[in-house]
Amino acid sequence: MNDFASLWSYLSATPLLWLTATIGAYLIADNLAGRLGNPPWANPVLLSVLLLSPVLVFTNTRYSTYFEGAQFIHFLLGPATVALALPLWDNRSTIQKSVIPILCALVAGSAVAAGSAIALAQFFDLPMSVLLSLAPKSTTAPVALGISEAVGGIPTLTAVLVILTGIIGAITVTPLMNILSITDWQARGFAVGVAAHGIGTARAFKVNPIAGAYAGIAMALNALFTSLIVPILVRWLT
Amino acid sequence: MLQTLGLLLGCQLAGEFVARGLSLPIPGPVLGLVILLAALVFRSSLAGALRPTCHVILAHLSLMFVPAGVGVIGNLDVLSSDWAKLLVVLTLSTILSMLVTVATFITMKRLIYRLQK
Repeated sequence: MNDFASLWSYLSATPLLWLTATIGAYLIADNLAGRLGNPPWANPVLLSVLLLSPVLVFTNTRYSTYFEGAQFIHFLLGPATVALALPLWDNRSTIQKSVIPILCALVAGSAVAAGSAIALAQFFDLPMSVLLSLAPKSTTAPVALGISEAVGGIPTLTAVLVILTGIIGAITVTPLMNILSITDWQARGFAVGVAAHGIGTARAFKVNPIAGAYAGIAMALNALFTSLIVPILVRWLT
Repeated sequence: MLQTLGLLLGCQLAGEFVARGLSLPIPGPVLGLVILLAALVFRSSLAGALRPTCHVILAHLSLMFVPAGVGVIGNLDVLSSDWAKLLVVLTLSTILSMLVTVATFITMKRLIYRLQK
């Protein structure tokens, strides 16, 4: 027993344990979602977090200790964002035909994503620090953290809100679009990319390749656009 | 695979370099995406070489959000007091944004189609 305790205290402090646990939890979550036929509610990010968080709380592991291992995966968000250039390139001919819808939908959707979050936070009387952390919620995680820091939010809270937004978008997009009988994959993908960044994009790729490519464009453009408008919106609306 | 990874990281580094150097509000990886896209325009043969590794990375995009998502355990105090309000704000705002985006996209597409006819 004593041996186990010392082994645990050694392993739980190395990056190896939490790196392995993160990949393991994701593989279980992805496998489970696949077996269920990838329904919207069985979101792999949500399932992975639900698997890992109790383990960390139960073993009294601090987030900073966990992140020492998990940072290697977190880091891949950067190259993965760059990799989105490929689906953009592959779909260049269809994209060229829809430049105007893309730009108009980006400006409208992005402004509503950030503006409505700020307005609703005010309506519900949420603290200022939470409001500022909410504003960039629809952009991809690394970008949102930077924006949150720049306007005076709490970056770690923003990270959680960004992930929650992604999960909400990924879960609601398919039923929402089906109810409205919208069959345009470009429009469906673009909408989820603007509102729910990479997690929405991951969902879109699972549903339809064109939707995935458009979600990727939306996510990249939204990262650019939101970093420009959030500082302005914050000054305007608060 | 290694070449692709090197190229992706190189583009990100270049993006970071330009963004910081010119103090642009644009994030480095997003600029890296633009740089890679420019590289593809000049050398379209790159696409075939990039495809296998990029497909693997993009197929598992969800995995890369897990570490940030687990951050929920570090923010339990804020979340426990306001979780219901936050959930309502996030859900309403996300759905609203998707509706506005999809409506704008389809309206503009139809408008252009009509103008072209």
